[in-house]
Amino acid sequence: MLEIKNLQVSLAEEDKEILKGVNLTVEAGKVHAIMGPNGSGKSTLSYVLSGKDGYEVTGGSASLDGEDLLELEPEERAAAGLFLAFQYPVEIPGVGNMTFLRTAVNAQRKARGEEEMSAAEFLKVVRERAKTLKIDADMLKRPVNVGFSGGEKKRNEILQMAMLEPKMCILDETDSGLDVDAMKLVSEGVNALRDEGRGFLVITHYQRLLDHIKPDVVHIMANGRIVKTGGPELALEVEQNGYADILAEVA
Amino acid sequence: MTLDQVEVKEGVDQETVDAVREVSTYKYGWETEIEMEYAPKGVNPDIVCLISEKNDEPEWMTEWRLSAFERWTQMDEPKWAMVNYPKIDFQDQYYYARPKSMAEKPKSLDDVDPKLLATYEKLGIPLKEQMILAGIEGAEDAPAEGRKVAVDAVFDSVSVGTTFQDELKKAGVIFCSISEAIREHPELVKKYLGSVVPVSDNFYATLNSAVFSDGSFVYIPPGVRCPMELSTYFRINAENTGQFERTLIIADKGSYVSYLEGCTAPQRDTAQLHAAVVEIIIEEDAEVKYSTVQNWFPGDENGNGGIYNFVTKRADCRGARSKVMWTQVETGSAVTWKYPSCILRGDESQGEFYSIAIANNHQQADTGTKMIHLGKDTKSRIVSKGISAGVAQNTYRGLVTMHPRAKNSRNYTQCDSLLIGDKCGAHTVPYIEVKNNSSRVEHEATTSKVDDDQLFYCRQRGMDEEEAVALVVNGFCKDVLQALPMEFAMEAQQLVAISLEGSVG
Repeated sequence: MLEIKNLQVSLAEEDKEILKGVNLTVEAGKVHAIMGPNGSGKSTLSYVLSGKDGYEVTGGSASLDGEDLLELEPEERAAAGLFLAFQYPVEIPGVGNMTFLRTAVNAQRKARGEEEMSAAEFLKVVRERAKTLKIDADMLKRPVNVGFSGGEKKRNEILQMAMLEPKMCILDETDSGLDVDAMKLVSEGVNALRDEGRGFLVITHYQRLLDHIKPDVVHIMANGRIVKTGGPELALEVEQNGYADILAEVA
Repeated sequence: MTLDQVEVKEGVDQETVDAVREVSTYKYGWETEIEMEYAPKGVNPDIVCLISEKNDEPEWMTEWRLSAFERWTQMDEPKWAMVNYPKIDFQDQYYYARPKSMAEKPKSLDDVDPKLLATYEKLGIPLKEQMILAGIEGAEDAPAEGRKVAVDAVFDSVSVGTTFQDELKKAGVIFCSISEAIREHPELVKKYLGSVVPVSDNFYATLNSAVFSDGSFVYIPPGVRCPMELSTYFRINAENTGQFERTLIIADKGSYVSYLEGCTAPQRDTAQLHAAVVEIIIEEDAEVKYSTVQNWFPGDENGNGGIYNFVTKRADCRGARSKVMWTQVETGSAVTWKYPSCILRGDESQGEFYSIAIANNHQQADTGTKMIHLGKDTKSRIVSKGISAGVAQNTYRGLVTMHPRAKNSRNYTQCDSLLIGDKCGAHTVPYIEVKNNSSRVEHEATTSKVDDDQLFYCRQRGMDEEEAVALVVNGFCKDVLQALPMEFAMEAQQLVAISLEGSVG
């Protein structure tokens, strides 16, 4: 589904290489986790895949179901089924959460040539999905992420994901700033979306998120490359020994 | 979107989004081809008399105009606003233009030139549809679809017609063109005209007093809640012609009215002058809501053409507990010079001003309000949202004064500016004068930029760049959009999106 080949990326403003040839394939129905120390390039990978400005791709490719992602505008990538749950969800004052969601859902539908969701249908679906994430009516009305707690923001990201029904979900440090209860809620939300047609790329520092969202494959990223790939046991190894051992081993 | 087709539902922002997609730039830029009759170019006592004569005015009115003209010749153009424009040659334009077919005043809308009716239909102004509701025997008892809006349609220098007059008359409300009011209700016009904006008030108001051709007149009798929204739609069509409209609204004791004003003009490469005066008188316990969606042609993206909009609007809260609310959405005009103001004379009277001013490309807006607190326990509130894009300059200019007698009065001012791109400017010029020690004035101002992270967030969720900007900007304007009547709020949301088209990327 998601195929990344020898992806090399620099910061556009300074000549600094951040990704130095990343290779990664996420199959439909699978959950891949990327772990790694700070500054290893994990977040950069998520931004480059989703099309954020400020990065220059100097080599390699990335495609979703055979479609070249790097050629597309961010909104086209979204319509093609790529979703990024942000590490720091952005606040949009004055724009109701519900309005934002509906605008997004219909923008994607329109881009794919599908019929827009009616107000009634949308309302029904959003209420149902919000409920499982314990998002109440008030939170749906409030402006997007404004005054939301850390946990509320992350739950809101998962609600957006549930509404947009993407093919490929990237979760960028979704566990950061979450307490145990919130992490559970968020993980349940993600697990409910696991489906044989959908791929996940879960970026995280810590193993604890992976206790809740069980990965099929775990990659260790360091210094702009994936240095080791294994099963769920690799995450446990990181938890027990830290990154130093692994990095020393592959160096 | 026409005013009468508006269907209010959840997620209105989607409509904004559609509008951005479908409509390109200024959609009211077309021209009506119609035979016109002009007064000779320029302004002098003869022209003033001619305009007065064309309107069949009584002598006192002609005299009033002539004395205004006399004053005007001794006045200078104000220079203090932050706007730059080439010197206006006041003798090089027409002061009166009317469709030939309007030479004889049509008795009803049925007699109006179909071309004129078609113009308003194309603009989405409900002249005919609403007439059908009002004019057909028995239809008046049938419930109308949605809310009714009575319209006075002004085309260049003349009022083409006013709808719902009969139904309004039953409620005792007078709604007609100002020229008709001068003929039919001279006692009211004599009493109130120039009582809020004196003839000598300022350069443009004085010029307007001399040469105003038409506009609307509203009188709401004591204790009457006007049964429908009233609106005037101004259309400039003729070339090289200034529009000088005059509006007079009187809300007698304990009455209520909501009044809407809309404006558009064809796209031309020469600038055109618009200098209006609006006077509102609010007696004891009465309330007036005045909403404007100003969408005059803003000039092209290189700054050619457009309307120079010099407007004097003032409300006088004469009676105790009287209330006025100005709401304006200023998206058009090359130059805007406009400060709708409130004189809070009556004790416990209240004034509110909600404004969205958008300046894109080469547009310049210098707008704000004056809150003059004269009475005790008076309250005012100012919420101004300025949005600048392209190379535009946007200035909020406001004055809040608390006079010695205005004990325990309060003002709250909030001025927010939003910048799109890095070549535009936003300026805030608040003047505050407090002459007693029991009043309180609060002022808050913020300036922000449309944030790249916000845009990326929206785009990652599937919106294109223009949709994303429209969404963020509409969010920024929300406090003001909410103050508009429902019908206008929808239109305004779309306008906000349309007028910012092409401002990013």
